Amino acid sequence: MPDKRLVTMRNVEKLFHRGSEDIRVLNNLDLDIDRGEFLALMGPSGSGKSTLLNLLAGLDQPTSGTVDVDGERIDRMNRRQLARWRARHVGFVFQFYNLLPVLSAERNIELPLLLTSLSAKDRKEHVHSVLKIVGLEHRARHTPQTLSGGEQQRVGIARAIVTDPTLILADEPTGDLDRKTGDGILDLLQALNRQHRKTIVMVTHDPHAAGHAKRRLYMVDGQLSSEMAA
Amino acid sequence: MKFVRLILSNFRRHKTRTLLTILSIIVAFVLFGYLAAIRKAFQMGVSLAGADRLVVRHKVSLIQPLPQSYQAQIERIDGIVTSSQAAWFGGIYKDERNFFAQIAVEPERFLAIYPEFIVPPAQKEAWMRTRTGAVAGRKLAERFGWKVGDRIPIQATFMRPKGNGNMWQFDLVGLYDGSDPEIDTTQFFFRHDYMDENRAFGQGQTGWYYIKVKDPKHAEELAKRIDETFANSPAETKTETEKAFVKGFAEQMGNIGAIVVAILTAVFFTILLVAGNTMSQAVRERTAELGVLKAVGFTDVQVLMLVLAESMLISVVGGVIGVAIGWLTVSAGDPTHGALPVFFFPPEDMIAAIVFIVVLGLITGALPALQALRLNAVEALRRE
Repeated sequence: MPDKRLVTMRNVEKLFHRGSEDIRVLNNLDLDIDRGEFLALMGPSGSGKSTLLNLLAGLDQPTSGTVDVDGERIDRMNRRQLARWRARHVGFVFQFYNLLPVLSAERNIELPLLLTSLSAKDRKEHVHSVLKIVGLEHRARHTPQTLSGGEQQRVGIARAIVTDPTLILADEPTGDLDRKTGDGILDLLQALNRQHRKTIVMVTHDPHAAGHAKRRLYMVDGQLSSEMAA
Repeated sequence: MKFVRLILSNFRRHKTRTLLTILSIIVAFVLFGYLAAIRKAFQMGVSLAGADRLVVRHKVSLIQPLPQSYQAQIERIDGIVTSSQAAWFGGIYKDERNFFAQIAVEPERFLAIYPEFIVPPAQKEAWMRTRTGAVAGRKLAERFGWKVGDRIPIQATFMRPKGNGNMWQFDLVGLYDGSDPEIDTTQFFFRHDYMDENRAFGQGQTGWYYIKVKDPKHAEELAKRIDETFANSPAETKTETEKAFVKGFAEQMGNIGAIVVAILTAVFFTILLVAGNTMSQAVRERTAELGVLKAVGFTDVQVLMLVLAESMLISVVGGVIGVAIGWLTVSAGDPTHGALPVFFFPPEDMIAAIVFIVVLGLITGALPALQALRLNAVEALRRE
């Protein structure tokens, strides 16, 4: 039976150096996230929510403190170990989708699978099963330029879940979409959380988007200031 | 293999730019092939020059004659196996543009010194029997459509015949092939005794001597002894190894090898800048995408290898097509129609071309690949 707790962050600090000045972006931060949670991180620009997401993703390292994800101390890993860890445990959904324009939807989704030992046939099966989940089977061979913003984000989500990661991290996933399309994406994330038991951490400015999460945290000046249950 | 599609997909990004870069590499390697063939043509014979052969010429210049009487004195020196008189003829066959080397030699001795000139035994015998007999290289015969039995008229320039006429007649009794592709088969050899008897002046003289020595280790020492023998005579000699002689002859027009290397260096340096710039630009434009690759779990080294593979592919595609076109055009023949008797894409330069293709791919990809390696995923994604 796996531990209920998936993420444990303790006394996390993150400093950025700008010239001779040190900017403290995260300040003595503690955070626990349970398996199967859908957490929304809110807060004004510069409050540190994206930095926190990057630390959870293993894209960045804290200046001090510990980050434990699924029993692994990722704050102690080097760049290579982090890359391998990301490939196994993290699915990232970007605000601007970040699809490779020269690859079709299915090839974009396949990218993280290239890092696994799956055969071409198995990769194809995985890709088609997630295309089904995001409702884009009929757009598999389309390149990003021929897809709408909402469709591109669905491809982005499919790419994030194709390896069945431990953690899905979404950075303003509806920030570039209109309300209706954005709702479709949020419903999809919600379905992934509820039906597929995916643990999702979403950064957003938008209270409406945050309303789809089970738990909402508000960040100010590098600290979590309040917690609201949905 | 699973990354191949990812690497290839990047070529669809800026098709024109990729195509132009590949074209520039193609041009460079076509030029490489052509210049390699030209360099080889000018170095012709240097690499094949026998270590057991010496050339004795007049100390002042190759065009100054030497007495035929020297031959007996030379052959008396211990360590000399045999020798052959040789003289430049410089005649014109039908038209001045039909240039080819015509050399008077002593057939039996000459063929003993140069076993790499292969003449069928029956034709060799015919040459010994026929005073007006001549032997032509296969390529030369093909050039003018000559067959054994043809009579070849050659107009004299400085080697005028006795009497009022100006024409020499030779009977083609044989064709020679080379034992190696580098051997010049565009030469025309005829009998020295025929020339000597029938020339208007200069009887008893020859142009130079080909010498075969018993032991190549003593070649330098024998050369010195020959020159000492004729020291303080009216016709002092300069004896050198055949290699030095051929090299000196080739370099009369300048150091072609150095000129070719200089041109190729300039060409490849330019291509390096062009292809390097293309790759750097390609990586700069894709900073966010490379950031995405790192975010989904590609390691720094994997991203480096992807960029390097891309530049290598551009280099290989352009290089291989270039070498192939170079080989085809060089194989089509000497563009001067005879001034470059040996004209082919040398195998060693073909290997050098393959090495250059790999080096070009590595160097042009190195900097952008390092940029990609060092790329911080967070920074890269922020630039979106």
